[in-house]
Amino acid sequence: MNNEVTTSRTDSIYAPLPKVTGWRLFIKSVIARAYPRLIGQQREKSWLFFDIFLPMLAVSAYVFVYQAIKAPEDYVGFAVMGGAMTAFWLNVLWSMSSQLYWEKEQGNLALYIIAPNQMMAILLGMAMGGMLATALRAVVIIFLGTILFNVTFVVSSFLQLFLVFILSMTALYGMGMMMASLFLLLSREAWHLSNLAQEPIYLVSGFYFPISSFPLWIAAGASIIPLTMGLDAMRQLIFKSGPSLGFVSVNLEITVLSVLCVVFLVGSKVLLDYMEKLAIREGRLTENRR
Amino acid sequence: MSSLAIETKSLGRIYKIRGNKKEKNEIKQLKALSDVNIQIEQGELFGLLGPNGAGKTTLIKILTTLLAPSMGEAFVAGFNVLNDPQNVRPLINMVSGGESSGYGLLTVRENLWMFSQFYGLPSRAANKRIADLLKMVGLGDRINTKSSDLSTGLRQKMNIVRGFMTDPEVLFLDEPTLGLDVGASRDVRHLIRGWLEDDKKRTLLLTTHYMVEAEELCDRVAIINQGRVLACDSPSALKRQLQEDILFEIKTSPLNGLTTKELVALSEVHTATLTELEDGALLKLALVEESALGPVINALTDRNITIMNLNKHEPTLEDVFVKLVGHSIAEAEKGGQDE
Repeated sequence: MNNEVTTSRTDSIYAPLPKVTGWRLFIKSVIARAYPRLIGQQREKSWLFFDIFLPMLAVSAYVFVYQAIKAPEDYVGFAVMGGAMTAFWLNVLWSMSSQLYWEKEQGNLALYIIAPNQMMAILLGMAMGGMLATALRAVVIIFLGTILFNVTFVVSSFLQLFLVFILSMTALYGMGMMMASLFLLLSREAWHLSNLAQEPIYLVSGFYFPISSFPLWIAAGASIIPLTMGLDAMRQLIFKSGPSLGFVSVNLEITVLSVLCVVFLVGSKVLLDYMEKLAIREGRLTENRR
Repeated sequence: MSSLAIETKSLGRIYKIRGNKKEKNEIKQLKALSDVNIQIEQGELFGLLGPNGAGKTTLIKILTTLLAPSMGEAFVAGFNVLNDPQNVRPLINMVSGGESSGYGLLTVRENLWMFSQFYGLPSRAANKRIADLLKMVGLGDRINTKSSDLSTGLRQKMNIVRGFMTDPEVLFLDEPTLGLDVGASRDVRHLIRGWLEDDKKRTLLLTTHYMVEAEELCDRVAIINQGRVLACDSPSALKRQLQEDILFEIKTSPLNGLTTKELVALSEVHTATLTELEDGALLKLALVEESALGPVINALTDRNITIMNLNKHEPTLEDVFVKLVGHSIAEAEKGGQDE
């Protein structure tokens, strides 16, 4: 135990500091909450194995299947793209959705709530941090996949590609933010829901193949997951045979993604406010068993 | 800020708990707080003393806007905690004993910086304050240590710094020395006192089930059990309420025929009990006034009785608790109530 405690009167050490409020506080909170995710990636290197090596195995499996059945060359690229985007889905599902629940377990949630910042800033910070950290993983997967499997990209519109990517990420992480509030109320059950959602979403969202292979109603239903339309649009924009295998036109997909962005972001705000009120009323913010 | 830092009016909280399958998922009601009325002035160090399950943490949760009351109202700095949490939150902070807040992968400085940003502190100023405060609490050399590598005591010091850092007007400390060793507990108490003395407008609400802590630190103490406040006053006043007589224990040489009857006959000696010891005797006296001790000593010296030891017996807060509740805090906790 270090005993160099000195608490003689220290008039300056506690002197009030200026504090920002409003949107500046919001931005500061977003950056502060994003920080652990970004810095955590540098300090905990296990992601290299779990988030690069393991997804590469899945990508390789699809690539070898496609090569064995002599599928069109672009299908190899589809698998690599899917592998990269899987990182975002896993991040949303495991690190984003259940995050508020873990924050509660750890004791952070109560501290976030009693601080004068908005909880939406905390959620957004989690999302931004997760998105940026995962982007690095996705880039590494695409880079390795391209080198290993000799993928050829033919980008028809960089602007549309950029727009689709940004909209997909915004809608996806908006969905993650909404799920985070929902999962907080479900407490431990959330873990089972994540498990339940993981594999079916891989299938119906067409991570490794075009969703136009599905009956229309399945593909349309799956479009509620932002990555479904995002991936389909990206395939159409970066592969030669993409447009011929697309589900609907890129412009329509951009429109749907824009709507999903609004729905999920507004939904997450509404749900978060509702969750906070309900949790305070029922005593669920800091207790599991109530 | 209102002159009252904290005020509760007929505050109550009922938890609804779903029963198990055998009980057909029946909803049970657990009364965690009932008719709590307390007023805490600015600058006070107020203690909530009670066993686990008494309702202390529930009260803190309500006052920190984390839990809605089922009945009554609560105000912090004049703002209603239920209707006006946005005005309460910038003025408060909370530290709990044994908390593991923050992220283990972050260093002590990074964790504290992160929390400072949620209060809108400028980064540079926050980092300077963090460094200064860590130095003050003896963690200066651990500023770049990952918080997961800190011992419980050091981690709690970090948490205390988190509480002080944002300069709250009202600080809530929920069992701040829980699980700490004697030295670390003493350090934490020292820090708390120092922070409060630095600015007389600061108010601190502390919950504890350690009598010594409440007695040493608090200006006033509310004794709480089973959700009810049983008494509320300064530790000395609470003890005075308990003790009408002034008690002395006197160890003497053999009494040479002096009897308790003779002592009780003296003015203002209420009761006297005598225990024979191998090498003398032990007198226990209850005096109406402290001045009555003089005639007692005269009576002893007149008989050539030597006074070997003289102790004034002061009641403790534990005695007050036992008197109010009927058993000690330790016994109450054995009852297995959980908060």
